[in-house]
Amino acid sequence: MQKIGVFVCWCGSNIAGTVDVAAVVEAVKKIPDVAYAVDYKYMCSEEGQKIIKDAVEEYGLDRIVVCSCSPRMHEATFRKCAESIGINPYMVEIANIREQCSWVLKDVKVATEKAIQLAKAAIAKVRFNNPLHPGQSQVVKRALVIGGGIAGIQTALDIADAGYKVDILEKEPTIGGKMAQIDKTFPTLDCSACILTPKMVDAACHENITIHTYSDLEAVSGYVGNFDVTIRKKARSVKADICSGCGICTEKCPARKTPSEFDEGLRNRGAIYIPFAQAIPKVPVIDREACLKFKTGKCGVCSIVCPNGAIDYTQEDELITEKYGAIVLATGFELIDLENYGNLGYGRSKNVITSMQLERLTNAAGPTEGHLVCPASGKEPKSVVIVSCVGSRDTSGRGKTYCSKVCCMYNAKHAMYIREKYPNVDVTVFYIDVRTPGKGFDEFQRRAVEEYGVHYVRGQVGKIMSDKEGNLTVFASDLNSGRHLMLNPDLVVLACAVKPAKDARKLASMLTASIDTNDFYVEAHPKLRPVESPTAGIFLSGMCQGPKDIPETVSQAGAAAAKVIGLLAKDKLMTNPCTAKCNEQICSGCLTCTNVCPYGAISGVEKEVVTLNGTREKRVVAVVNEALCQGCGACTVACPSASMDLQGFTNKQILAEVDALC
Amino acid sequence: MVINNKERAEMLRQLAGTNVSLCIQCGRCSANCPVAWKMDVLPHRFVYELLNGGNVDVLLEAKSPWKCLSCFSCAERCPKGVSPAAIMEAVRLTHIRAQGNNKLNPADLENYDDKMPQQAIVAAFRKFNK
Repeated sequence: MQKIGVFVCWCGSNIAGTVDVAAVVEAVKKIPDVAYAVDYKYMCSEEGQKIIKDAVEEYGLDRIVVCSCSPRMHEATFRKCAESIGINPYMVEIANIREQCSWVLKDVKVATEKAIQLAKAAIAKVRFNNPLHPGQSQVVKRALVIGGGIAGIQTALDIADAGYKVDILEKEPTIGGKMAQIDKTFPTLDCSACILTPKMVDAACHENITIHTYSDLEAVSGYVGNFDVTIRKKARSVKADICSGCGICTEKCPARKTPSEFDEGLRNRGAIYIPFAQAIPKVPVIDREACLKFKTGKCGVCSIVCPNGAIDYTQEDELITEKYGAIVLATGFELIDLENYGNLGYGRSKNVITSMQLERLTNAAGPTEGHLVCPASGKEPKSVVIVSCVGSRDTSGRGKTYCSKVCCMYNAKHAMYIREKYPNVDVTVFYIDVRTPGKGFDEFQRRAVEEYGVHYVRGQVGKIMSDKEGNLTVFASDLNSGRHLMLNPDLVVLACAVKPAKDARKLASMLTASIDTNDFYVEAHPKLRPVESPTAGIFLSGMCQGPKDIPETVSQAGAAAAKVIGLLAKDKLMTNPCTAKCNEQICSGCLTCTNVCPYGAISGVEKEVVTLNGTREKRVVAVVNEALCQGCGACTVACPSASMDLQGFTNKQILAEVDALC
Repeated sequence: MVINNKERAEMLRQLAGTNVSLCIQCGRCSANCPVAWKMDVLPHRFVYELLNGGNVDVLLEAKSPWKCLSCFSCAERCPKGVSPAAIMEAVRLTHIRAQGNNKLNPADLENYDDKMPQQAIVAAFRKFNK
């Protein structure tokens, strides 16, 4: 005879406020095989767990049902509790009477009735529970970081410093990311390159870090601890081992019609180029779509001028396969396209620029060597208008619904360093709200007003018109005074919304990592597991998870690294025993299951099986790889002969639950 | 803040049929309005006063609704999909209703463009009538 113990939790007033817990206890006591039932204020507390342990000893319980919160919250707690007194953890069932009952119902009578029903279902299921034993899988002690910006570099450095091998995968020809383009960083106004490039060099020199630049993720398979990854190292057309990085080729290249990505299109680059002086690796790459040699077959200047003979037009993409234990997504962000904001004149007037373009214009290594000029005239501006929230907080469908978070601070930064360098230039910032939470952030923004005399106008810019001479007219509103404004600035800076990198969605589907409607990667828990993806073994770092500034990105990068180190430090991982299992006796070998399995965990194997009549025969049956199986249950539904069953959630258990409810 | 006559604010809100609670008070409506420079009360204020149950009289006494072109620039550029133009129209309608009857007969008008937004035609009637 089975001995089931039922433990009903109050969860303070969370459950007991709506559910009559004593009535639940009385109701379940009448069910056969329930040897003991009790309620307690906090079952998950140490005292609550002691009640369970004592009851097991006193009444010799062999199955436990806990009526409490969602199993996502405390199933593990109660399983551990059971294990500590010698009961197999999989003999524990949770009846969710909080999220699925007390929180969603108001009427005590109705809620109590539902709680009893849920408890009955869990009791019906637990009767058919069998002890399950987790398997073990190896952990490959190597991590892959996708993205070589500040998030990826910091994550890689932290993992490498702990003694594990890390590979950085970067799609651009150099690591550094967006931070390399930025002139100065808030709230200290120190030079971005000065703090980033030492980290880039550290990463490049680190014995545990391998950097794959100009590379894409080609394929991923496997599971936590054992990812098989194929990396496509695109052909640079330059032999990296011979090239000295002198840059003569980039100077002599005659094909100079491609706007420089690094300089945000403010100047052109050659077809063979190094994005910036401190690039790592400092090896040029030939943009084959722009190169005359590749387009017409005539040219070859770079190979003539190269003193080392490093140019190789025949180089082909290289595929590298490697095994990893963990993968970190650090794919970063880009600015939105402004095609839906034609009224702001971006693209029509060269003097309307994005904030990133302003970074390049003020950067000493930029196209103007740090001299702030209007791109159309080449003259110094007399007045500058900065427009915040361009495409942010926009639910009309033209922009992004979220706040981009970093703009308020960089607007203050831009305004400040324009006024610092050019005290005669008038700077006006149009804003909806100034959002500057963060250490020293509000003080920073106030300095822009109080010390640097930047005009902050609460209102927005409607239209920006440009006449034939390129003179701008800005129509705006000043809400505090209720005035309509017409300004004639020489330069307008648009603080565009940020969005996740273009290939975030593609990567998410390759890695089965979840993304939200804006293509930001979703964390496993917004508060308690902020750097982990719901997919085991995938971690998140930086802007790809949501808008954040450099200090936050670096903290998150460190947090993600700590999680990776925690995983890699294990020699073996316990696998979830709730996997699919094939009853080979009745499996017909149709292998429908192999087609529906999203993890490629099932294969057809020819083997000798004992048939239902007791005879032996050799035939194809479905075999589940327990390490790959994630327990989704798709195969159990697809199987026409019901020979596939999910352990812990067998057809028998589920039907018993349904029977108890109906 | 002058809190007066919540019922009238609610009436205007219903007449306008636009969800003012979406407004983040950015002021793009007023910035985009081509006749804002002729208005005594700017378009954003029409949303603001209804949003916070405020001073309805200032809207009813304003000259702005009679300057409004019903061009819908405000609604088009609103990042939140609010239509200040609809509130302008609601104010006009309130005045018309207060007058008792609309003496203008649409059938008397011959030369108007079929492609004009319906609300613009109606708004033109209101203004013409006044």
